[in-house]
Amino acid sequence: MGTHTMGMPKKKSGIMDWLTTVDHKKIGILYIMSGLFFLLVGGVEALMIRFQLIKPMNDFVSGELFNQLITMHGTTMIFLAAMPMLIGYMNAAVPLQIGARDVAFPFLNALGFWLFFFGGVLLNLSWFFGAAPNAGWTAYAPLSTVPESLGVDFYALGLQISGFGTLMGGINFLVTILNMRAPGMKLMRMPLFTWTAFVASALIVFAFPPLTVGLFLLTFERLFGAHFFDPAAGGNIVIWEHLFWIFGHPEVYILILPAFGIFSEIIPTFARKRLFGYTTMVFATMLIGFLGFMVWVHHMFTVGLGPVANAIFAVATMAIAVPTGVKIFNWLFTLWGGKLTFPVAMLYSVAFIPSFLVGGMTGVMLSVAPADYQYHDSYFVVAHFHYVIVGGVVFGLFAGLYYWFPLMFGKQLNEFWGKIQFWLFFIGFHLTFFPQHILGLTGMPRRVFTYLPNQGWETMNLLSSIGAGFMGVSTIVLVVSIAAALMSKEYVKRDVWGDGRTLEWTLPVPTPEYNFAQTPLVKGLDTYWLEKMAGNKTVSVSEEVGDIHMPNNTILPFVMSVGLFLAGLGFILRLDYGTVGLVVALIGLATTLVAMFLRSWIDDEGYYIPKSVIEEDLRLEAEKEAK
Amino acid sequence: MVVKKSGKMLFRLLPIGLMALLLSGCGIPELSALQPRGEGAQMQLEIIKLSLWVMLFVLAIVAVIYIYVLMKFRRKAGDNTVPKQVEGNHTLEIIWTVIPILLLVVLAVPTIKTTVELADAKEAKKNEIINVTANLYWWEFEYPDKGVSTGQELVIPVGKRVAVNLTSKDVIHSFWVPALSGKTDTNPGLENEMWLQAQEAGTYYGKCAELCGPSHALMDFKVIALEQDDYDAWLKDMKSAKEAETKQLDAKNEKNWTTGEQVYAQNCLSCHGGGKVAPSLTNFGDRQRIAGYLDHDKESLEKWIRNPQKEKQGTKMPGFSEDQISDEDLSELADYLLDKKLQ
Amino acid sequence: MGHHSVPNNPITGIPDHVEKATLEGKNKYVAFWFFLGGETTLFASLFGTYIGLHNSGAKEGLRSYDIFEMGLVFIMTMLLLTSSLTSVLAMMAMKRNDVKKMKMWLIITLALGLAFLAGEIYEFNHYYHIGHTFTSSAFGSAFYTLVGFHGAHVLFGLLWITTLLVRNWNRGITVVNAPKFYVSSLYWHFIDVVWVFIFSVVYLMGMVK
Repeated sequence: MGTHTMGMPKKKSGIMDWLTTVDHKKIGILYIMSGLFFLLVGGVEALMIRFQLIKPMNDFVSGELFNQLITMHGTTMIFLAAMPMLIGYMNAAVPLQIGARDVAFPFLNALGFWLFFFGGVLLNLSWFFGAAPNAGWTAYAPLSTVPESLGVDFYALGLQISGFGTLMGGINFLVTILNMRAPGMKLMRMPLFTWTAFVASALIVFAFPPLTVGLFLLTFERLFGAHFFDPAAGGNIVIWEHLFWIFGHPEVYILILPAFGIFSEIIPTFARKRLFGYTTMVFATMLIGFLGFMVWVHHMFTVGLGPVANAIFAVATMAIAVPTGVKIFNWLFTLWGGKLTFPVAMLYSVAFIPSFLVGGMTGVMLSVAPADYQYHDSYFVVAHFHYVIVGGVVFGLFAGLYYWFPLMFGKQLNEFWGKIQFWLFFIGFHLTFFPQHILGLTGMPRRVFTYLPNQGWETMNLLSSIGAGFMGVSTIVLVVSIAAALMSKEYVKRDVWGDGRTLEWTLPVPTPEYNFAQTPLVKGLDTYWLEKMAGNKTVSVSEEVGDIHMPNNTILPFVMSVGLFLAGLGFILRLDYGTVGLVVALIGLATTLVAMFLRSWIDDEGYYIPKSVIEEDLRLEAEKEAK
Repeated sequence: MVVKKSGKMLFRLLPIGLMALLLSGCGIPELSALQPRGEGAQMQLEIIKLSLWVMLFVLAIVAVIYIYVLMKFRRKAGDNTVPKQVEGNHTLEIIWTVIPILLLVVLAVPTIKTTVELADAKEAKKNEIINVTANLYWWEFEYPDKGVSTGQELVIPVGKRVAVNLTSKDVIHSFWVPALSGKTDTNPGLENEMWLQAQEAGTYYGKCAELCGPSHALMDFKVIALEQDDYDAWLKDMKSAKEAETKQLDAKNEKNWTTGEQVYAQNCLSCHGGGKVAPSLTNFGDRQRIAGYLDHDKESLEKWIRNPQKEKQGTKMPGFSEDQISDEDLSELADYLLDKKLQ
Repeated sequence: MGHHSVPNNPITGIPDHVEKATLEGKNKYVAFWFFLGGETTLFASLFGTYIGLHNSGAKEGLRSYDIFEMGLVFIMTMLLLTSSLTSVLAMMAMKRNDVKKMKMWLIITLALGLAFLAGEIYEFNHYYHIGHTFTSSAFGSAFYTLVGFHGAHVLFGLLWITTLLVRNWNRGITVVNAPKFYVSSLYWHFIDVVWVFIFSVVYLMGMVK
């Protein structure tokens, strides 16, 4: 211990603290705030799409701009809004739920965030070069290899960079959950959100590399003249589709499983009842994750892979409905016999069940290959995946936001405005997407920038666009509500919901940087609840108060990511701006490499928070509790 | 009083409104998968209905439990008791695992059967083979055995399955005639096959169902089902019309060309003549739409020839300015084209 | 306090399983296995692409069976397989706290890796000159992408192990640097295993007409 500095480093202030932080709680906030920002960007794109389609032959946007809007809407919402927000909740909650002081790799955690962030910035920078990607979020070749527009280069490199970040996050959480659990926190005592974070992280680790390869192939084809997808030189266009969907289907589960986890935390809390069939829920999660890799061809039923492939993948897809159905019933029977209250977090959780169920039903309908020949690439599919992604994932994001906001910020979102936000969103959501089922069945293809009158689509499109307006208003309410909460001076007390069951609610508000003054001793599933039932105010501990080891803040993750961002930008601009682009690319790569070298050369052993400081914190907290 | 009256009005209008909504919910018969006019779409609607009923059964069960739970187990004000903590129930969990499996078996068997049936184009090939080639943003339909080729409007005989071979010249498109059958992708460098059948004569709307560029939405086509006799006559007429056209537009005949023919031969023929680079115009006068979606009249045609990029962003067809084709010549050309009809 | 939770072995002077003696070490070890899991799907995707495009679009005389130099490839395979063995010997030395031997075996590993890489560069250059290039056909693109990705991994491995060696030249074996050496050797083995697949799928199967 002699080599370590005992003194605590000077606190960095303001923006530098955020740029250099390696604290999972702060990184969680960074993820969620960036995710919310991109949610707004994607939302504006969605509103523009629906405004264009409000009536036949509308000319609000051109076909080209419309294609850019749908591409950026899909890409932004999935890669830059939903996934980062979920990873944000993992950061905010998982280490606390398992009784850890941090994630396994705090440095990597910061690097993962900054890579995601700059990848997202790079992708959105395309707007300012007048060339947003326009080949759909699926970027099917050879539409995506047409060299005229730079847009897809931004797509390929932006996603590549943010994808590296996500991969690092995935590995980090797998190791954190396996290795950093407090004594007594056996695997089958972990909160369900932690379990879903674990399975989703595993999916990230195995599903992202195929996307990485796909994006490399696309980049090579566009920038270096390769011929993977060029039939004239022996290329095969189906390769991209396979690689994309081998990633793309598990991606759906990367999104939905953590959302399932969030609901599985909220429902027991506000039903005051333990999760029904915990073990089954855990195995259902794993089974869904596993089957998620076996079904990608159901996105490709119309490609012409033949009846045998289609039939096999149809049946495999149906199989996923079983564990998902089990989950629905387990939630229902958690509610059964409970004492239900309905704060906004619970409203979203309860509204999720029927909304997601509709998405699941159409999911089974889509798995029926011959029927899919009708649904595929029609508005029916648009309706289906928005029921799953909005009715499942976004409801989960909002539920999680209301639920964990006090944990993250020490303050609470206004419940009254929250309820207004909920109802606007709930009604708007169904009004937007339910009519789209009918549009699809009556022949409307997806991704059309306009449609002729008298094809029977006017009414449903109008309804759908009105619904989008509701969702837009709701989102404004949410933003105002968040701003108001952040500005307020009213701090909440420990265990804000009163019925907290898991370890994160045992912590003082705001959570100290070292999380647990003493590592807790876990006695079972919902250990905090068990202790409460046994008449204890807080959980047992597994160690004496002592010095706590902490990692140092560092700017290197930020620098590395800026470097890669510049490298990506330079490569893209190389085509239009020649040498300047190449110079920018080389400066960027050099920056990253130097930062990586510094990271491996400089010993960074962190520092200790002395026992005396911890004891003082404990004393102050005890005083506060006594009041 | 006024309020009350309008309220009553609203009440009376409500069922009519709902009815209208329901009707618009089925779409139009030329285009809706819910109003099948072909054997393929019929089979697909059957299995859509089956899967929907199975799913509605599940929905009903969940709905009953859901509503009951939400009504019955609300916490009353002041109630601070802790409910019984239930770990789970094996019997229940087995029930809601096994029943869905059985339901899925009910669905899986016809799924496999229909998948195989729809992929079997053997019988169809005996009737007719049609090569479909998708292009940015138009469709070529070739009848290789008959030596006939056309664009934008696919003509098929009623009541018979015809085989359709699908490919693309540029990017991926998808061939979809919802009222007749589900879609199949047209992939550059690869060939797909499907069969198509119409149960009654009529025009059906076809759509491109795979994002292919800025004018993806405008890549409409038509399928026209004719009674067998009419179909045979159509093939014969197409063939003779094409032959007559080729003969007439031969450079040797230049002196007896009309102005329209002259403008056509000089500006259009090199791309449109073969029907491969741009749609064949042999029976252009009979078409229902210009460029797949514009009204079929002189005004639209002239607008289209002057500036196709404006009407269809990204189209390969170049525009013709007044320097290239004067207003009078354009009018003559339009008249000539709109008059290109089969007997 | 997490750092020295495992006592030193009195004979070697360092803890047994020195690479996993601390929580940080254990974390690195587990994380690296997950990383290799991801790498596996990365290479699986590249192999899939390659198999799909094998000989596709290649002109007569530029198909795999026309161009592959099996003699050279065989020598490269032997070099890389041997380097895997020497990296095992380095790790065994590390666990005995025999710094000198560890350094020696690592340097031999680096030399073998470098020789492999030189062979690959020679091979690519040769193919390039007979007309089999990255842009000559879909086959060319797929070949250079798969084999090149592997080559880039070898290069990264060389840089990584070199940096570790230089940085820790005079530091002995500690619970801090042992996990780093250990995972770098895992990485090296992984590269070797991938090469075995490349040798079989690309070269051996490529010889079949």
